[in-house]
Amino acid sequence: MALTILMAPAIQANRLISLSPADLLIIVIYFAMVLGIGFYLKRYAKTSKDFFLAGREMSAWVAGLSFLSANLGALELMGWAAAAYQYGILAAHFYWIAAFPSMVFLGLVMMPFYYISKTHSVPGYLRLRYGEATRALSGISFAFMTVLMSGINMYAMAIVMKVVLGWNIHFSIWVSSLTVAAYVTLGGLFSAIFNEVLQFFLIWLGVLVVPILGLMEAGGWSGLVVKIHQRVHSDDYVHLWSTLGSFAGNPMGVHWTGIVFGLGGVIAFGYWTTDFLVVQRAMAAKDLRSAKLAPIIAAYFKMVVPLIVILPGLLALGLLPFRLVPESAVSPGLHSYNEVLPLMLARYAGPGLLGLGVTALIAGFMSGMAGNVSAFATVWTYDIYQPYIRKSESDAHYVRVGRWCTILGVILSIATAYFVTQFKSIMDYMQALVSFFIAPLFGTVILGMIWRRATPKAGFWGLLAGTVSSIAMYALVKANPAYLAVIALSPKAKDMAENLYRALWSWIICVLVTVIVSLFTTPKPVEELTGLVYGYTRFPDDGGLPLYQRPVFWGAGVAIFFVILQWAFW
Amino acid sequence: MLPVWFFIGVLLTIYGVIILVIALGELSHPPAVVLAQYHPALFAGILLLLIGGFYTFWFWPGSRKKK
Repeated sequence: MALTILMAPAIQANRLISLSPADLLIIVIYFAMVLGIGFYLKRYAKTSKDFFLAGREMSAWVAGLSFLSANLGALELMGWAAAAYQYGILAAHFYWIAAFPSMVFLGLVMMPFYYISKTHSVPGYLRLRYGEATRALSGISFAFMTVLMSGINMYAMAIVMKVVLGWNIHFSIWVSSLTVAAYVTLGGLFSAIFNEVLQFFLIWLGVLVVPILGLMEAGGWSGLVVKIHQRVHSDDYVHLWSTLGSFAGNPMGVHWTGIVFGLGGVIAFGYWTTDFLVVQRAMAAKDLRSAKLAPIIAAYFKMVVPLIVILPGLLALGLLPFRLVPESAVSPGLHSYNEVLPLMLARYAGPGLLGLGVTALIAGFMSGMAGNVSAFATVWTYDIYQPYIRKSESDAHYVRVGRWCTILGVILSIATAYFVTQFKSIMDYMQALVSFFIAPLFGTVILGMIWRRATPKAGFWGLLAGTVSSIAMYALVKANPAYLAVIALSPKAKDMAENLYRALWSWIICVLVTVIVSLFTTPKPVEELTGLVYGYTRFPDDGGLPLYQRPVFWGAGVAIFFVILQWAFW
Repeated sequence: MLPVWFFIGVLLTIYGVIILVIALGELSHPPAVVLAQYHPALFAGILLLLIGGFYTFWFWPGSRKKK
């Protein structure tokens, strides 16, 4: 009761679900726990290696779960549950083809370069491989992107809390921001990783009630397929590949080439292998074998996440007695796609369980924000402040700067959260940010790792050309939507297809410019490429380990799991 | 440093106790949700207690079991 009274000023009358005092108690205990962990870990975050890389002492399991959880924010949960309602099981491509090749590739091929080069960040690798100009460009663009992502994440949480629980939007933004600022400032990456692993358990245990009871209500998967067919009069919502032969043949308006090359080939590889937000978690592993295993462990869990994200969306499509509508069409009495997960939670979860589910969503939002803020602090301190503002300071100085950068990152995120309130579509801008900064970055990094001839000048101009071309394509379609048909190769293509193809084109442009400029400029001498480029790097041999301890063995398991899932839902 | 698993164990145990207490109260007064007759909170409370209890016990500070 006291909790209800305490929060009363922040609670508004209109809400989707009501929380009992027990639910509020569960939420308050979560906040107390994350702050307690932050205070506890402060004593261990003394050096820059502790604060920015968690001492490089995480086990493969902790690094792997943290790697996945940094991506498993609530925007991801709510957004893809909504996408599953809208597009059907096609949304699962973002968990399956977007996980298998890229995460295993990171573990087996790219992680050794990051780890052996002893760099602190992805821009740090680019400095070693290409030089200062490329590092500066990627560091600034990454810092800019993380703050925007963090702010969008925070804004999305505030909107959800307002719609679902009736909480005041400013109350949600400030309470979550101050909590994240406190625990990341105190414990650095230690805190972020601990809370991400905690969040992983909360999300699974908090949301699992929906697929279990949902399938019981629907009569199993076959019963759900029948109910969806009755509702939408189409089988397109329950097939992964068989509808992708044409842009018009599926709810997403996308062709299989966009899924395979745009999503699986560029967006997924770019995100999982070069976005420092996730790579930082694997770099915190205690040795190279653990660093290689971390993304592979994460890949297994990533491929079962659709159970708690995609399946609830499909269950809502088959079971809810009313239809959800796009955000733009919401009016009193109607609910948007984005509310699908809270609606399903409210359908099955009573007091206590509901509090656990809402806590899982809050934890997801906060860990997404903490991940962005900790990555921002690392890149800002190591790749902008240290090389360009204050060189040769003491280690303690850079830890202090890291702590202040964490607070700065949170403040900038809050400003971004208020800034994005004027935009209509959150997911649209998130996808745009990924295609602007991540897709071309993947071209620059992968060429640097596998092609000795790639030159410092080519790295910079390729990255710049890819980023500028992506922004230009986005602006072109905004100015004249007719260009969508040109970029996505079909007049029947929809917005999601544009995102996939824009990323693909920007990657191709980055690679082409890098190759052409390389052919006309001077490469680095071979001795400067040791530990940075394939063919000039000596990797520790896993041959002495039993088969079941080798990363390649578990990577092959991910491939088999992937093939089985594609076959089962073809 | 205490392992992260210990914190997870403590939190899940606390949640398990809270949800189990609520679930026992709901046996006579089920909440107005779909499929309440299956008592999902009861099973969830027990599951949370089992997982939380395991991690708390196994990673208790000073315990040698984790080694």
